[in-house]
Amino acid sequence: MSEIMSPCEKAHGVASYRCRIQEHGWVNRRYRYIRVESEAALARVTKPGQFYQLKCPVTDDRQPFLLRPMSVYGTGPGDGQIEFLYNVTGLGTGTLATLECGDHLDIVGPLGNQFTFRPEYERVLFVARGVGLATMAPLVQRAARSGVAITSVLSARSRDDLLDKAFLRGANAQQYITFDHDGSSAVEAMEILLARLLEEQRPDAVYTCGSHRLLMLLQRLLAAHPRIVGEAALEQRMACGMGVCLSCVRLFDCGGERQFLRVCREGPVFPIRDVLGEVEFG
Amino acid sequence: MADLSVRIGELVLRNPVMPASGCFAIEYREALDLTQLGALVIKSVSPASRAGNPTPRVAETHGGMLNSIGIPSKGLDYYRHHVLPAYTGYGTPVVVSISADTAESFGEACEGVSLPEVAAIEANISCPNLEADGMAFAMSPETTYKAVRAIRSKTAHPFWVKLTPNASNIAAVARAAEDAGADAIVMGNTVLGMAIDVRSRKPKLGNVMGGLSGPAIKPIALRLVHQCYRAVRIPIIGCGGIQTAEDAAEFMLAGASAVQVGTASFRDPGVMPKIVEGLERLCAETGVACVRELTGQVELDRQLSDRWLRFAQQSG
Repeated sequence: MSEIMSPCEKAHGVASYRCRIQEHGWVNRRYRYIRVESEAALARVTKPGQFYQLKCPVTDDRQPFLLRPMSVYGTGPGDGQIEFLYNVTGLGTGTLATLECGDHLDIVGPLGNQFTFRPEYERVLFVARGVGLATMAPLVQRAARSGVAITSVLSARSRDDLLDKAFLRGANAQQYITFDHDGSSAVEAMEILLARLLEEQRPDAVYTCGSHRLLMLLQRLLAAHPRIVGEAALEQRMACGMGVCLSCVRLFDCGGERQFLRVCREGPVFPIRDVLGEVEFG
Repeated sequence: MADLSVRIGELVLRNPVMPASGCFAIEYREALDLTQLGALVIKSVSPASRAGNPTPRVAETHGGMLNSIGIPSKGLDYYRHHVLPAYTGYGTPVVVSISADTAESFGEACEGVSLPEVAAIEANISCPNLEADGMAFAMSPETTYKAVRAIRSKTAHPFWVKLTPNASNIAAVARAAEDAGADAIVMGNTVLGMAIDVRSRKPKLGNVMGGLSGPAIKPIALRLVHQCYRAVRIPIIGCGGIQTAEDAAEFMLAGASAVQVGTASFRDPGVMPKIVEGLERLCAETGVACVRELTGQVELDRQLSDRWLRFAQQSG
């Protein structure tokens, strides 16, 4: 694959970009970090919440076929630099993990919509579980640059899995960390914490990714706070990533009307209030 | 530079490369120049409103993918006013793909989309036929004939019929389509398949079974194109696992007059113009002046088997 668009067209186009791997390694025992660089100015056109489709390499014994959608974890500082944070879970991420610095990786994007954010916000609340934090990390940076106060609630299996520093990346935040092993990440405990934060801090917006249970909890709690913007980044099995194949649909409640929307196109960021509870099939 | 134009019945295309229905929608204008394609084949529309199949709707397989999207549709009226207009401004022939569950409904739907802005109609008769226990029309020559006849009696538009690789006697099905008045054959749709997650023991598709596409099916599709080419005189549009210009040329040599590219676009949304450029290069390299000269020009040595038999008889 090669680039098919000239730099001036890139801001509005989606293309397959050949990137070179600049850094790649373990962040902790579960998650890996990869930074790639394209000759195209992808960092400038990629918005918080967007994703790319990665052409994971073929190895001797493993041949991923479809591209793998992956949220952008960070952009820059160079114009062509894009970062991803991922969990090695299957065939695609398995071969991705074998790439070394200097190798090539083809990525297609940027794809999807972005988080709603206004620089005039006073405070925003992030609620993240596991590697779901990667999707919101660019928005943390954006909020920090705009001088918006940040509250961060992270949920992890254990301290070994925790990526608090990787999430904030130096941004100032009021940080709450919860774990599975001590029960602090249980929905009942989170309900008390999040209800208090929403009530006391009255954030302008709350963002979440990585846990359906936390998403549904926030939906319930936000009923009492109609002024707070609530958004969630969702996942669904995809093929094209551009809204063409209609694989990644989920049902949403759009102002009383139930509609199938494409996670890759109308999303991956959706209003928390529109998400419907039952989501898993097959 | 080689002449890439091809003819499908009365329709002239600037080149033989077009998307396969279901693998193309207007969003691809962000990734490629739609004026560079031979035609624009839109996702199938059905007269009846349909929600589509349960998720997951796609599953990766070795060298390909399974899908069971289920042709979500908001009906013909919505399609005509809210889907079709986006495709008609590129100076590229627009092909409307129709899916229906009875022969009569096929005829009516095709009549309804016989519009001036529609260059050709593709009837996806590989979809389930409600009058035959859900078995696809194109599975048998009889139901193929009935559906194609019903359509032909309702439209004078150029009309292509998309066959299924799941049919056991493709030559008979292709001849039935030709006899009933189809202008061209699209060969073909996906191959019915299935995949299971051995840990969860669940099917990988919400719909359990689905259509296999991608390079995994290319040799099957190529063989079917060649069998159709031997069976009928109407043009054939080849489809199944095409990813490169070489693949496209292979289908043309087997008998295709044009090709459709489906799954490959999911791996590289800009792949179709690359195939067009590749065909131009291939023609230049191999001294082909007009790409349409490739159609059916696979070099078959009809005496080879006889010579081999005589040769083999010399062995002990």
